[in-house]
Amino acid sequence: MNKLINIEQAIDLIKDGDTIFVGGFLGVGSPHRLIDALVKRGTKNLILICNDTGTPEVGVGKLVVNKQFRKIIASHIGTNKETGRQMMEGETEVELVPQGTLIEQIRSAGYGLGGVLTPTGLGTEYAKGKQIINVDGKDYLLEKPLFADVAIIAATKADKFGNLFYHGATRNFNNITSSAAKITIAEVEELVEIGDIDPDIVHTPGIFVEYLVNGGK
Amino acid sequence: MDVKSFIAKRVAREFKDGNLVNLGIGLPTMVANYVPENINVIFQSENGFIGLGPAPAPEQLDPAITNAGGIPVTVKPGAAFFDSATSFGIIRGGHVDYTVLGALQVDEKGNIANYMIPGKMVPGMGGAMDLLTGAKKVIVAMEHTAKGSLKILKKCNLPLTAINAVDLIVTEMGVIEVTPEGLVLKEINPEYTVEQVQAATEATLIIKGKPEIMKLD
Repeated sequence: MNKLINIEQAIDLIKDGDTIFVGGFLGVGSPHRLIDALVKRGTKNLILICNDTGTPEVGVGKLVVNKQFRKIIASHIGTNKETGRQMMEGETEVELVPQGTLIEQIRSAGYGLGGVLTPTGLGTEYAKGKQIINVDGKDYLLEKPLFADVAIIAATKADKFGNLFYHGATRNFNNITSSAAKITIAEVEELVEIGDIDPDIVHTPGIFVEYLVNGGK
Repeated sequence: MDVKSFIAKRVAREFKDGNLVNLGIGLPTMVANYVPENINVIFQSENGFIGLGPAPAPEQLDPAITNAGGIPVTVKPGAAFFDSATSFGIIRGGHVDYTVLGALQVDEKGNIANYMIPGKMVPGMGGAMDLLTGAKKVIVAMEHTAKGSLKILKKCNLPLTAINAVDLIVTEMGVIEVTPEGLVLKEINPEYTVEQVQAATEATLIIKGKPEIMKLD
């Protein structure tokens, strides 16, 4: 089984209209080369699910500037004025979700759950239209799973089976999103042979990763 | 000392040895500079670690280690990195002792609005809704008014980030505790009179005896 593909082959896997997860937090731990190639390709009408929309110059923000999304689901867009402009002018639909809820919705999708119950957002406008479920006297919001067609993520180190290791604060959404997409493509800084990563330090098991792109540092 | 540093320094006095604390962006971030030397506080960064340290020297800079605002930081010995699901498990699960956040408005029920002004500024809630819901104690650190317009109200009129969430409000004028009876002025900056603080506050302040003098050390 060869998971290693080149960047063009990776971008071929993302079709117009797809829902995509993009890993990273304000661009830290984002798959920058895949993002640049997707900007170049110009794939359109995508739905983005990502923690934030980076900045106009960094990370997933470049795809926003290039108007490749019809809808954005994120916890924070304040660092990218273009996202706010597109939302205000009705060009792009934006759905804001609390960060802890967003990651749990993705985890639910990948981990076989029908959703999660969280107290976050109770009593606010965000909760409007959401089902409230009472468990042992406490109210929770039902938050449903969020799936994607393709996840593009970044890792510090991978073996050729796709076992991933992340340095520092780059794990963020990368780890969980890998479980919830039909196809997960990991851009890796360092690619090693199978057996060269100690199984004790694998953060993302390779079974969640369909394809690898050797990104270099 | 400028107003923001004054507020940050007073907030830092709240912590006890061993507390886990999450600081919001802006003024709250400054609180880390004023933690008394004899108190060991562990800071969480919601993008994925505990053990947040000071800014790096140029030779220490690691682009994979940033705070939740994307600014490079260091980690202290004993730090731990994790993904966003674990990070928000820590937050939602009640493992964070204090969160310190800014606010656009706070009211006498402890409701807080700090994530959007409809039609004007819609940055998104990021991790704020989860922090307000999950942290054991919520401290609002902010200037008492916004260029003269009142922020401590009878009832917030901006979209709420959380209901009944705030425990303590620290401003340059004083320290206000949110109680079931309403807002109690616990401490006052001696540069102001009680009447001046009340005039800068829409909600009625409850005065129990004489408010203590706001102390920074």
